[in-house]
Amino acid sequence: MSERFDKKPDELVQIDHKPPRKSWMDPKVEFRRGFFNYSANPKSVEYLGLPYARKWQPTDADWKLPPNWKEIILDGLRERIHRFRSLQLFMDICVRCGACADKCHYFIGSGDPKNMPVMRAELLRSVYRKEYTAAGKIMGEMAGARELTVDVLKEWFYYFFQCTECRRCSVFCPYGIDTAEITMVGRELLNLVGCDIDWITTPAANCFRTGNHLGIQPHGFKDSVEFAIDDLESIIGIKTAPSINRKGAEILFVVPSADYFGDPHYFGFLGYMALFHEIGLDYTFSSFASEGGNFGLFHSHEMMKRLNSKIYMEAKRLKVKWIIGAECGHMWRVLHQYMDTMNGPADFLEEPVSPITGTKFENAKTTKMVHIAEFTADLIKNGKLKFDPTRNDAYKVTFHDSCNPARAMGLLEEPRYVLKNVCNYFYEMPENTIKEQTFCCGSGSGLGTDENLEMRLRGGFPRGNAVKFVKDKYGVNMLCCVCAIDKATLPAVVDYWAGDVGVCALHELVGNALIMKGEKERDTDLRGEPLIGKEGGK
Amino acid sequence: MNIFLSLIAVLVLILIAWVGAGAANLQFIFGMIMPIIGLMLFLGGIVYRVIKWARAPVPFHIPTSCGQQKSLTWMQSSKLDNPSSSLGVIGRMLLEVLFFRSLFRNTKMELKNGPKLVYGSAKYLWLGALAFHWSFLIIVIRHFRFFTEPIPFFVNFMSSLDGFFQIGVPVLYLTDALIVGGLTYLFFRRVVIPQLRYISLFSDYFILFNILAIVITGILMRYFTKVDLILVKQLTLGFFSFNPVIPEGIGSIFYIHLFLVSALLTYFPASKLVHMAGVFLSPTRNLANNSRMKRHINPWNYPVKVHTYEEYEDEFRDLMKGAGLPLEKE
Repeated sequence: MSERFDKKPDELVQIDHKPPRKSWMDPKVEFRRGFFNYSANPKSVEYLGLPYARKWQPTDADWKLPPNWKEIILDGLRERIHRFRSLQLFMDICVRCGACADKCHYFIGSGDPKNMPVMRAELLRSVYRKEYTAAGKIMGEMAGARELTVDVLKEWFYYFFQCTECRRCSVFCPYGIDTAEITMVGRELLNLVGCDIDWITTPAANCFRTGNHLGIQPHGFKDSVEFAIDDLESIIGIKTAPSINRKGAEILFVVPSADYFGDPHYFGFLGYMALFHEIGLDYTFSSFASEGGNFGLFHSHEMMKRLNSKIYMEAKRLKVKWIIGAECGHMWRVLHQYMDTMNGPADFLEEPVSPITGTKFENAKTTKMVHIAEFTADLIKNGKLKFDPTRNDAYKVTFHDSCNPARAMGLLEEPRYVLKNVCNYFYEMPENTIKEQTFCCGSGSGLGTDENLEMRLRGGFPRGNAVKFVKDKYGVNMLCCVCAIDKATLPAVVDYWAGDVGVCALHELVGNALIMKGEKERDTDLRGEPLIGKEGGK
Repeated sequence: MNIFLSLIAVLVLILIAWVGAGAANLQFIFGMIMPIIGLMLFLGGIVYRVIKWARAPVPFHIPTSCGQQKSLTWMQSSKLDNPSSSLGVIGRMLLEVLFFRSLFRNTKMELKNGPKLVYGSAKYLWLGALAFHWSFLIIVIRHFRFFTEPIPFFVNFMSSLDGFFQIGVPVLYLTDALIVGGLTYLFFRRVVIPQLRYISLFSDYFILFNILAIVITGILMRYFTKVDLILVKQLTLGFFSFNPVIPEGIGSIFYIHLFLVSALLTYFPASKLVHMAGVFLSPTRNLANNSRMKRHINPWNYPVKVHTYEEYEDEFRDLMKGAGLPLEKE
């Protein structure tokens, strides 16, 4: 962490959810340290060919906007109103019933009234009313209309980068108004005048060039995989042999880059390799499609498409039959809801059939990409895997549904089915905090960095608090999840709000429990922690 | 402030009709012209809105999934909260439109000492909304007995059902009581709950007051001033047969009622009330979660600048070669 964060949870939790008496129409925001993200590095903006690359910071009085910034934004908004029915409809039909208000983790954790989803949308809606509706033009503020000013733009920047596009509000909205749609458009508009944040733009630029957000070059990717092969061998006593950029493999396996570079993701990566070795899967990695995650989603629809394109391109080039995607939240939002539309049709691939069980994945018949939890659940159901769940007995596990797999897909029972097979102690968090009502980690949609740490911890409060509940009640000490951003950011959040609870990948627990042909007697789990009963070592 | 302004605005509307149709004797304007304008703007406006929405494409397949997806055959999927078929979508939409499914999920967050967050059940908004909307619909249907001759059976049936308990003379309609209760609740929550007061606009209060005033004038006519229904029906039948008649002696309160309805119809398409039509078009609800089974087409899917594998290999060829990775071009 770049700066020390010394506020205690007791202090942070002094939250007043009562809004001020002052009208929300006043757009002035104070850019307080810990609550906002830094501007994009101009080099990354330029690399991606995006407009108005420049040095500026949100705390500057002058954002060095282009002279015709207002025209650019309003033209951009008009264009998007005609392109997205969702946007137009969501601008028109909100009745301000307030059902969404206390559903947002950022509102719960901060009490800032403009973090109520309805208000976040009103920030844009007020300008929409002023420009495009008769009532707004005639009645002005009385009809909830506001002029677009520099202060309004700054307010947009502040609040559209305080939304993680988690879609929890859209579950509760009687019209299904999805704030993610509004935030996505709001960010696109900001990007038109070069108001990008670095934590999104630089990973996107890396990804465009090297295929992954971290900017790992092909030889570096190969090193990572070889490192993992050695690590895994030292634990299970088997040398696995995954391939990279191999033509003619049956399956292309796409992971988020954090899986081979981040902790605790990495232990899940070892788990995948162990699993695929055990079933003898004919698969290859691609050093170019070395990222399933897509920070383009957090930037603009266009950037999402640009970054996603490599997956089908690589599948085609490597002549695989179909694709498996690893554990990652927003990656699956893109794969499930956007990829086929944007970069399909994938008519050069075959309908996915598990080579081990013969199961046809009918649910993925046009996109041709299967979630690894679906794949593994099918293997288990068909009795293809043998487990020793006692190897996970050190862990009392709870499962965090990641926003996108839960609310943009419905991947709820597959990971639970797998979990129940690989560990003996599994406990659910309270029902209003899981499945479609799950709470965001507070760091999604490109906001998982250091400079906005206080906001992230506040946003992570509902999740952290639910973890604390099961920790106190059942002694839970491990939070399992299927999202790379969760794995990167929840350790800090959970440590802050619950303490002494680890975070792990689903396939780390699979890899721990998996009994493999020819494996040595395991003394440790994939983390290198001694198994229960083996604490003394040899 | 918005509350008072909107209350005043509705009172002004009442005053206009009272003075206009009463003192100034402009019954023709308030009994014929205004309702015609209102009705035309309402119908035209709604059609315009719906066409405008419908013309905007749905580029991406973005349903909000609120239950288990359909994936493996042996795994029970949630057919209504996460439908994968058209039939499921119809079911989901019916639940949403008729029974406010999403609102039924509503919870209320409370931060307790500990700290401990709890999410209590909060069904009052759902209940209040159901009471209001259903009563409104039934009242509108009941009103068809003023517009039609002979009166269709379902209108009479609805009326007798509504007056099932046979309380008082004329019989008390349950919906009259429910709609007053519903509106009062919807108003008070806007005033009492601080977050709601913060987000509420002038128009939010205005609409509530307007509808409440319509309801109250209606109740006054039915139960208290006992408006002459024969005369009213002469007027309405004349209206709908394009043969305008303004009978003498209906009374100002009727014209106030009618003017408030005309006002509601007039601004309806320009207000948030279009949620009535819009809810059917919401892409997070009316699409099946089948985007991996069936390709969704985006009509404006324009080509974008991508980075190709060839460019990638060109940049990193030496490094790839050094690492022993396969190459397209040596």
